[in-house]
Amino acid sequence: MTISREEPLLAAEGLTRWYGRQLGCRDVSFSIYEGEVLAIVGESGSGKSTLLQLLSAQLEPSEGHVRYRMRDGVTRDLGLLGEAERRFLFRTDWGYVHQDAAQGLRMSVSAGANVGERLMANGWRHYGRIRATAETWLDRVEIDRGRIDDTPRTYSGGMRQRLQIARNLVTEPRLVFMDEPTGGLDVSVQARLLDLLRGLVTDLGLAAIVVTHDLAVARLLSHRIMVMKGGQVIETGLTDQVLDDPQEPYTQLLVASILPA
Amino acid sequence: MNAPAYNFAYLDEQTKRMIRRAILKAIAIPGYQVPFASREMPMPYGWGTGGVQVTASILGPNDVLKVIDQGSDDTTNAVSIRKFFQRTAGVATTTHTRDATVIQTRHRIPEQALAEGQVLVFQVPIPEPLRFLEPRETETRRMHALADYSLMHLKLYEDIARHGRISTSYAYPVKVQGRYVMDPSPTPKFDNPKMNDCAALQLFGAGREKRIYAIPPYTAVVSLDFEDHPFERYRHDARCELCGADDSYLDEVITDDRGGRMFVCSDTDYCEARRATADKPHAVPQGYPA
Repeated sequence: MTISREEPLLAAEGLTRWYGRQLGCRDVSFSIYEGEVLAIVGESGSGKSTLLQLLSAQLEPSEGHVRYRMRDGVTRDLGLLGEAERRFLFRTDWGYVHQDAAQGLRMSVSAGANVGERLMANGWRHYGRIRATAETWLDRVEIDRGRIDDTPRTYSGGMRQRLQIARNLVTEPRLVFMDEPTGGLDVSVQARLLDLLRGLVTDLGLAAIVVTHDLAVARLLSHRIMVMKGGQVIETGLTDQVLDDPQEPYTQLLVASILPA
Repeated sequence: MNAPAYNFAYLDEQTKRMIRRAILKAIAIPGYQVPFASREMPMPYGWGTGGVQVTASILGPNDVLKVIDQGSDDTTNAVSIRKFFQRTAGVATTTHTRDATVIQTRHRIPEQALAEGQVLVFQVPIPEPLRFLEPRETETRRMHALADYSLMHLKLYEDIARHGRISTSYAYPVKVQGRYVMDPSPTPKFDNPKMNDCAALQLFGAGREKRIYAIPPYTAVVSLDFEDHPFERYRHDARCELCGADDSYLDEVITDDRGGRMFVCSDTDYCEARRATADKPHAVPQGYPA
């Protein structure tokens, strides 16, 4: 973990979200620096996904703020960004990896176009260069170049997920949100994907926020961990520390409930 | 003659005012689709109800109207719309591009360069260039508002990846005045360059979709492309077999059931004018009834 600057890349302050009288999450505060991977774990309904949507400005918080240090070095409140600026962040500085690859990909256009879309959105207008960049990224996520003109419909689940990652990382974002990136994949495919993700995160010096209910994923990928229950953060700390020596009864239960390999 | 049961040019004056307001707004924001309260017209959707409403709203008693359908003055659609305005407005009509003040067109721009003071009215089936890429109207409107047009290039990318070139040959997307991406209606891309810096006013009416948009005279209209795959005009590599033109857009006409075919100008007025001024009689192609 490298902390290159004093100011965090992204800081959440007292994030709270109500769905009417139903609580989504309450009073979540933390900060994340470049090169750091944070895992958010908890059972279904614990507020993980709500939190991820709040952080990525897809949902407005009922209370609290998210501050983000833009590429020009200025830290801004995401709630005050205009729609155009939010979209710009999403296609340049951020990535969002969905659990269901079909949500994050355009299933009816070729893999090359899927990877190239962000480049075109950023003003690339040279077909040859877009295609060459797409090929490079297919290599990096271990997809055969010969499949570049096939649509993701013809891809397996693991390939789709890797394609989704390539599509997100092609503009070299600084922050990637991942919502259960290995969900729905079988164990050997998961392992390969995790290897790949770990390598890319290290190579590119990304910050990543990974939502998962799988503690093994958290242990492999993340430096720090946040445990959520009933919409609140109940324990936070270094991943190994929390998983090896959980303090809260709920965390102890979570860790104890992993089936021995 | 004016059929007594109808107002001049069929539509009532309040409707015309409403449409004129939409047209003015469209002219003020080149390429932007202005919603309007499209009326039922005495013809089915898809036959030019949008174009007819625009024409009805701008027509004055002294106008001279020309109507073309795929470049032709004498096909059903062109003839019936021309008759419609003869009866309901009593305006003079012509087939000569040069003499017309208002030209309603389905899917072509005349070969003869248009002049100041002329108005070209397009019939548009689907005004939204992003429609087949993004089905949600709320989302396409937002994309226009934010000038977020990467999807359009995505389509062109797919064309090249599949066919080795941009294979879109009609309804080829254009950017108007450096801002809005616009569907030029299903005109062949051969006609796209004619829209750029055109002296005439170009109006687009989509009746079923209830949209009007416009290109004011002398507006920059650029066809989208890639640096290494630039926009190219397309026409059949042949001469018109009636007038010999090698610069006009050609229709392929099947002449028999043994593979016989001929290429002729799609713009009938252009072709006839060339034949009228030609010295030598034009050749009648083999296999074509003289």
